[in-house]
Amino acid sequence: MALFIEQLVNGLTVGAVYSLVALGYTMVYGVMRMINFAHGDFFMIGSYLGFTLVSSALLGGAIPLWAALIVVVVLSMAGVALLGVIVERAAYRPLRRSSRLTAVVSAIGVSIFLQNAVMLIWGPRYRAYPPWSVPSITWQVGGIYINFMQVLILAVSFGLMVALYLFVQRTTVGAAIRATAIDHDTARLMGIDVDQIIRLIFLIGPALGAAAGVLLGLYYRQIHFTVGWTYGLKAFTAAIMGGIGNIPGAMVGGLLLGILEMLGAGYISSAWKDVFVFLILILLLMFRPTGLLGERIAEKV
Amino acid sequence: MAGRVERANSASRLGTPLPLVGSYLSKWGLPVIIGIGIIFPHVAGNYWIDVAVFWGIYVLLGLSLNIIVGEVGLFNMGHSAFFAIGAYTTAILSERFGVSLWLLLPLSGLAAGVAGYILAKPIIHLRGDYLLIVTIGLNEIIRITLLNNPLGLTGGPNGIIMLDQFRIFGHAIERPMDFYYLVWAFVAITVFVLIRIQRSRIGRCWNYVREDEIAAQAMGIDTRWAKLIAFTLGAAIAGATGTVFAAKLVVISPESFTFMESVILFCIVILGGMGSIPGVILGSAGMMVLPELLRNFAQFRMLFFGLALVLMMIFRPQGLWPSRRWTTILREGEGE
Amino acid sequence: MRAEEQVLLKLNKLTKNFGGLKAVDVFDLDVASGSITSLIGPNGAGKTTVFNLITGIYRPEAGSIEFDGRELIGRQPHQVAKAGIARTFQTLRLFENLTCFENVLSGQHCRTCSGIISSVLGTSAQRREEAEVRGEAERCLKLVDMWDFRDELARNLPYGYRRRLEIARALATQPHLLVLDEPAGGLNEKESADLMELIQGIRDSGITIFLIEHDMQVVMGISDWVAVMDNGRKISEGTPYDVQHDARVIEAYLGTDDDDDFYSKASAGEEWEGEGRT
Repeated sequence: MALFIEQLVNGLTVGAVYSLVALGYTMVYGVMRMINFAHGDFFMIGSYLGFTLVSSALLGGAIPLWAALIVVVVLSMAGVALLGVIVERAAYRPLRRSSRLTAVVSAIGVSIFLQNAVMLIWGPRYRAYPPWSVPSITWQVGGIYINFMQVLILAVSFGLMVALYLFVQRTTVGAAIRATAIDHDTARLMGIDVDQIIRLIFLIGPALGAAAGVLLGLYYRQIHFTVGWTYGLKAFTAAIMGGIGNIPGAMVGGLLLGILEMLGAGYISSAWKDVFVFLILILLLMFRPTGLLGERIAEKV
Repeated sequence: MAGRVERANSASRLGTPLPLVGSYLSKWGLPVIIGIGIIFPHVAGNYWIDVAVFWGIYVLLGLSLNIIVGEVGLFNMGHSAFFAIGAYTTAILSERFGVSLWLLLPLSGLAAGVAGYILAKPIIHLRGDYLLIVTIGLNEIIRITLLNNPLGLTGGPNGIIMLDQFRIFGHAIERPMDFYYLVWAFVAITVFVLIRIQRSRIGRCWNYVREDEIAAQAMGIDTRWAKLIAFTLGAAIAGATGTVFAAKLVVISPESFTFMESVILFCIVILGGMGSIPGVILGSAGMMVLPELLRNFAQFRMLFFGLALVLMMIFRPQGLWPSRRWTTILREGEGE
Repeated sequence: MRAEEQVLLKLNKLTKNFGGLKAVDVFDLDVASGSITSLIGPNGAGKTTVFNLITGIYRPEAGSIEFDGRELIGRQPHQVAKAGIARTFQTLRLFENLTCFENVLSGQHCRTCSGIISSVLGTSAQRREEAEVRGEAERCLKLVDMWDFRDELARNLPYGYRRRLEIARALATQPHLLVLDEPAGGLNEKESADLMELIQGIRDSGITIFLIEHDMQVVMGISDWVAVMDNGRKISEGTPYDVQHDARVIEAYLGTDDDDDFYSKASAGEEWEGEGRT
């Protein structure tokens, strides 16, 4: 039982990170019907930016640790959000009217470009967050251990997800996003600046991805320029599991994926955990072809 | 009987000659290209011959994926799984049981084809992006399985060393030049077969499914069957290519069959022009030969490569050599 | 009069719900062999749903569809096509990136059988079949007077031709019953007149026609039998004359759809019919 709860906590922690990244996939898909293959790389760049900031003099003791962490996360988010907007403008906007496959290949091109740019800037080897970047506090709660980073990840990701949900559901801009997701042309007729909305999506999505990147870097401490693909793939899987295009779906899908993965690692074996995860995905889609919370889309005949 | 229709703008293009590239290729281009192809290994160094061998292997893989992605429009981004099944079937049967490679060629194709059929059957109804992630998942499942060395068959991360070679009248195919001719002979055969299929009832029904599935059904096409045939055939050709690959590489390990490989194959099809055979050949050249040409820029080459993909999609989204066979077919039809 | 005719398609107590909405509600209709039968009704009455039930795209909750004495319910759309029912779509569904000729070739798929191996080998049976298929496609394209456009991509065609191409494509399946979903939608007066001539020609060649149409001139001009649908139910049926003078029909139209002034259109149709029929 202790193993179960421990793996559940581990799963929630990783799952929260997946959820944050999955949101970026699902929002872009919802508004543009496009799989942004480069999204995993935004996440990866977030963790590298965080690494640079953490390693810099910032944490030398001039300001308290908690303030420094906030500064690191916010700055990384801002940097990657800027990058997201640039990528959208340069590589995706010219393709908005062309076929979806073209956009997918363009996104793959962006992804290869970003990965190699990171490799050239930060080097091809693993980089490690310095050990002093987070306090090594561990609590014991009813027989299981929970460390500071797990609490931080859960707190930050749930905070961001609730904020995003409220933003999309309760504000006028959020309504505009939802309208754009349904139909670009009608949204335009209603006076919504669709370009502006897409730009906003490419601000929010990469920013969330960057936050996840910093959190994961702090958690595992080791980062590499290829993690964008590994985690991007998992997050994309999570978005599909939840029903792509659906914001709560991405959150649920991410948590579910994290938990499944950690239970698989705990009870089956860590070498087979990904096989387990993908089998579940395939079974799920066989019975619910549009994911857990995805709408059943019957084509209009 | 039929009502009269005004022909205000008769848009018929029947009178216009074939586009220049096409006519040159049919008259002079093809013999010249074949001639260059035959002479090439006698003038080029081994390094470039090897590049051409791998180019050929990617052409075969690209052609096999083109059936699935280009002709039917199914988003398969896990194609290297079938390539892996073929290569491992070859390596295991050759090393354990000493089966000849000529026999393993169809056998690996069969193994991958059967696997393709069984794996695709329950998921073939999924819509675009859902199919995409499922095929990626299949690719990962197969790669991880190979990595985990089930029953000690696959050799884990180190893979399998396969020493046997193709033999023609006792002459082992070992030198890069031999491989060059072998691989491109396979390419020629595959292209011939695929052109025949493209111009047949089956090839046409694949395109109908790609264009509009519901309309295709209304015309009496069993779209599920059409998709499954394409998936099976594509997987089988990839599997047979696995045999050639195993013979060339000697060491077969899971790292040759990653998700990244599948992504590259996918890009080859789109880059070349969906459903276009010459497009696949050019697209593979773009993916395989271009990075070699950029070797002088060593570390920057993949950076350029990513950039080139984006620029291609922006400025030439229809691909390097878009499919244009439909008009040609018709002209042939009239000639008969 | 109707009793003597042979029934080709028999819809019996057909019912289809979408959530709480009864799209088709215990709907009965007989389509006589060799007739032109029309289904009319206000927007949202459930006409297209009836067509989708017949062609196997939807499955009804209850009822039966008998075609040529065989039950159609439970068959896939491609099986329905093979059984001899071809259709067109209200929102055109052409194979946009293929030429007109290829579009029409698609119809022959279910009448042929060449597989991969015979195609690769180019067997004589396969070549003979190809020649037949091309011949049939040529015949169908010529029938709608579009042979000159055979090399044109479907997406480059002007609207009126797109409608005709869809009809040619459906004819290429060699159907017994042709189901047309608003064939005159979006056509100008000249084009609809041509279309009527075409539809009558098709009927005269022995193919039964079942159509949905909003253009009352077309409906009243060519139909042998008209059924009227409202809110998923059949409210009236009969000859064009009977239906035009049925109070329930007039009410259904005037009561629900102000733009579609049925009565004036219907009268216009009557006049037109008077001119057209000799």
